[in-house]
Amino acid sequence: MTMNPVGRPTVAGSAAPASYQTLSGDRGLDHEEKLLFELGRSGHCGVDIPNEQISDQHLGGLRRCGPVGLPGLSEPEVVRHYVRLSRMNYAIDSGLYPLGSCTMKHNPRLNEKMARLPGFGDVHPLQPQQTVQGALGLIAELMRWLTTLTGMPAVAMSPKAGAHGELCGLLSIRAAIAARGEKRARVLVPSSAHGTNPATAALAGFTVDEVPAKSDGHVDADALEAMLGPEVAAIMLTNPNTCGLFERRIAEIADRVHKAGAYFYCDGANFNAIAGRVRPGDLGIDAMHINLHKTFSTPHGGGGPGAGPVVLSAALAPFAPLPLLIHDNNGFRLVETRDAVAADQKPFGRMCAFHGQMGMFVRALAYMLSHGADGIRQASEDAVLAANYILASLKDTLSAPFAGPCMHEALFDDHFLEGTGVTTLDFAKAMIDEGYHPMTMYFPLVVHGAMLIEPTESESKESLDRFIQVMAGLAKEAKAGRVERFSGAPYLAPRRRLDETRAARKPVLRWMPEPVSKAAE
Amino acid sequence: MRYLPLTAEDRKAMLATIGAPNIDALFRDVPREAVVGRDAFALPDHKGELEVERALARLSSHSVAAGHVPFFCGVGAYRHHIPAAVDHLIQRSEFLTSYTPYQPEIAQGTLQYLFEFQTQVALLTGMEVANASLYDGSTATAEAVLMAQRLTRRPKAVLSGGVHPHYSETVETLAGLAGTVARAPVTPGRPEELTNLIDSETACVVVQSPDVFGLVRDLRPIAEAAHAKGAVLIAVVTEAVSFGLIEPPGAMGADIVAAEGQSIGNGLNFGGPYVGLFATREKFVRQMPGRLVGETVDAEGRRGFVLTLSTREQHIRREKATSNICTNSGLCCLAFTIHLALLGEEGLSRLARLNHARASALAHGLGAIKGVSVVTPSFFNELTVKLPTAAAPVVDRLAERQVLGGVPASRLFPHDESCRNLLIVAATETTSAEDCDTFCSVLAECLT
Repeated sequence: MTMNPVGRPTVAGSAAPASYQTLSGDRGLDHEEKLLFELGRSGHCGVDIPNEQISDQHLGGLRRCGPVGLPGLSEPEVVRHYVRLSRMNYAIDSGLYPLGSCTMKHNPRLNEKMARLPGFGDVHPLQPQQTVQGALGLIAELMRWLTTLTGMPAVAMSPKAGAHGELCGLLSIRAAIAARGEKRARVLVPSSAHGTNPATAALAGFTVDEVPAKSDGHVDADALEAMLGPEVAAIMLTNPNTCGLFERRIAEIADRVHKAGAYFYCDGANFNAIAGRVRPGDLGIDAMHINLHKTFSTPHGGGGPGAGPVVLSAALAPFAPLPLLIHDNNGFRLVETRDAVAADQKPFGRMCAFHGQMGMFVRALAYMLSHGADGIRQASEDAVLAANYILASLKDTLSAPFAGPCMHEALFDDHFLEGTGVTTLDFAKAMIDEGYHPMTMYFPLVVHGAMLIEPTESESKESLDRFIQVMAGLAKEAKAGRVERFSGAPYLAPRRRLDETRAARKPVLRWMPEPVSKAAE
Repeated sequence: MRYLPLTAEDRKAMLATIGAPNIDALFRDVPREAVVGRDAFALPDHKGELEVERALARLSSHSVAAGHVPFFCGVGAYRHHIPAAVDHLIQRSEFLTSYTPYQPEIAQGTLQYLFEFQTQVALLTGMEVANASLYDGSTATAEAVLMAQRLTRRPKAVLSGGVHPHYSETVETLAGLAGTVARAPVTPGRPEELTNLIDSETACVVVQSPDVFGLVRDLRPIAEAAHAKGAVLIAVVTEAVSFGLIEPPGAMGADIVAAEGQSIGNGLNFGGPYVGLFATREKFVRQMPGRLVGETVDAEGRRGFVLTLSTREQHIRREKATSNICTNSGLCCLAFTIHLALLGEEGLSRLARLNHARASALAHGLGAIKGVSVVTPSFFNELTVKLPTAAAPVVDRLAERQVLGGVPASRLFPHDESCRNLLIVAATETTSAEDCDTFCSVLAECLT
């Protein structure tokens, strides 16, 4: 063996694969990590807080009798725990995230920094209003961007997520209909809609009727018209729709909906395809939520927090929920109670405590200011370009139900997997082994074995080319009958496929201490 | 544009591959009349990072930050010290920029911390199970009422007058759709008579403790009264640090706990994003709203975690789902769970005691001012004082003198004459003795 003067080998070791079991259970940089409750011991603590002794005088006889049961850990142990956990996650910062309908785009760190400015991050929602003029000014500026980009006259800022925005929109519609002295109980929702649409309509007290899609992926406008009537309060339509297509007849649909006395709710989840190029207000839309965590890049954070402001037409604006933000001679002011609103406002109620997701507002505005109206338009164009590039590059290798052009997401089905024994799910899990997060699967429901790919504007051409190459390569493998590569996938992730049936059959939803008898064994 | 990697060359090459003459060709389906140009938007062009930072910093400077002055506001949002490790860890890319953990094989990090979070919330509240969080305390309360309506198949919700009025209004908006909401009168500083509002139509009784005035309430008699009529008791908590010192709702007969978790790990943020805690009894789990993480094993028998019981949720059940919720408060529950991991049993207990000590000192100082009296005989870290004059103008005068001296009750209950002179004040570990002295002396001056 070649060695240097102190006996250290200077050549690489054996080239044999390291398939053996390690002693620790960890594998190189891949660490297993126990639960907090298995790591902690009593007596340890990760903070230094004085040990104040207090009397029970003011506790109303309700001082806690027993311990909470929390584990104790020092700061280095806590930091290591979460760093190790983080390494088991895929993230947009580490790779392409082709989740259709989810718009996983780059999350600029400037936005994080801005959200932590003390005048936004360290102000209380109920401070005297003169002391929060900067925070209110930021909300007003974001409102200006949102209404200008959408071409709508008003926006309700308090909804805390897309589905919450949908609810806000439908409750505005409900209030508008009630104000007309009418009762309309039905909401029309296309079969291709996000699950939140029918769930929201039901929550808002409506009965849901499903509108069929046509074989070309567009909503059946004629069927829709036939379903309209005096019972229909609203239609909920996603545009661009979940098949990645722009609803060509949208203005006509809006017209028919309005003629029937109903309102047009648009699911704004796919606004990233058209922002800066098309104003929903020009299309006859009455309400649309904007997922700030999609189009305007506030981070998804592993499933939240989101923010779902709702832009409203002139017909619905008077019914916007509390609080309202107004500007007068004394500056900005929040109107927080019903009796303090102007005579022409009839708020339907309140969506939540306080005034909405301020932290997300700052991030979204930082994104908008960075892009400008020109950059937002360019971003939409790049997003649509990237999706079409994927569609064009893969439509002959995979199979596409609709020829295109598409908007910002490319839809494939499982036709190309027919007879291979590989399912859409298997294919997706094989992508994990290739270093990619899977695309959206089995949605929209109107396509068999759907694979919905949204690359966003954040990917370079080199990144898209590599993705296309891998996807084509996997399709080739499937067609060549290498089923085991798919059916057992993923092989190389922190976990193999997880038993979801077992999880649901006997739910274990929390850690429990081992029973004493067992622990003693 | 620094966030857009495609060059003009790239775009040209990609259009060639697609076979489209230009970008407009890809927008073929968009009706021509719906397409607008750059000039349709009266908005500025893109800016460099430095310019954005300057613009927003200028705006930020027009607010008075809580940390820069003596500060005593509470009422559902509390200023606590957040350990530096919390903000560092939540900004790790793998947490910050990951999606909902629908692909569990590559999302064990998120799933495991949510499982730990659920366990922490169940322990704190004294309940059997908790979900992976809701938007905030107010929406959690509204979801709790809807859940109670489903469980009991009864329409009526009885709300204590001590519930944060924003929470009550959120409940009215949502639960008032299919049912009725009866709000008990406001009785600052003492529990109201709720029993006579509970009848055979009552789905739930909603009681907050510490209540909006800071009063710590014994839930046991209300639990008894609710259960006797077949109704469910929903306990609301807006200050999660109180779990470290006050008997948990689960031990006092609550069936559902809806709480605001902001004060552990999360900043004030002018009201959001926050994190809703939601816990209940195991037998009710299938009627629970929101995401749940469960333990299971992978194909090699290793322990792992997945989203579970999703047949309750909108993406499976559509209009028959238990809720329309499609998100949780991911990063905020991460901040919560990290902060609580750092605190542990001993740290939480010390933090809670310190908060109570600071509030007791504040009560003592304010109570010594001529004409000022404390109206909440029990409290955790927040209490209500009665001033000899209307509180709202006093709070404005205090602000002019650089003291954020609490929240006037009239801002929350504008119609209630009994609230006119009441001031709700909170103290936490961030409130120094000097802050307290300054507040008391400036208030005394404002009152003379």
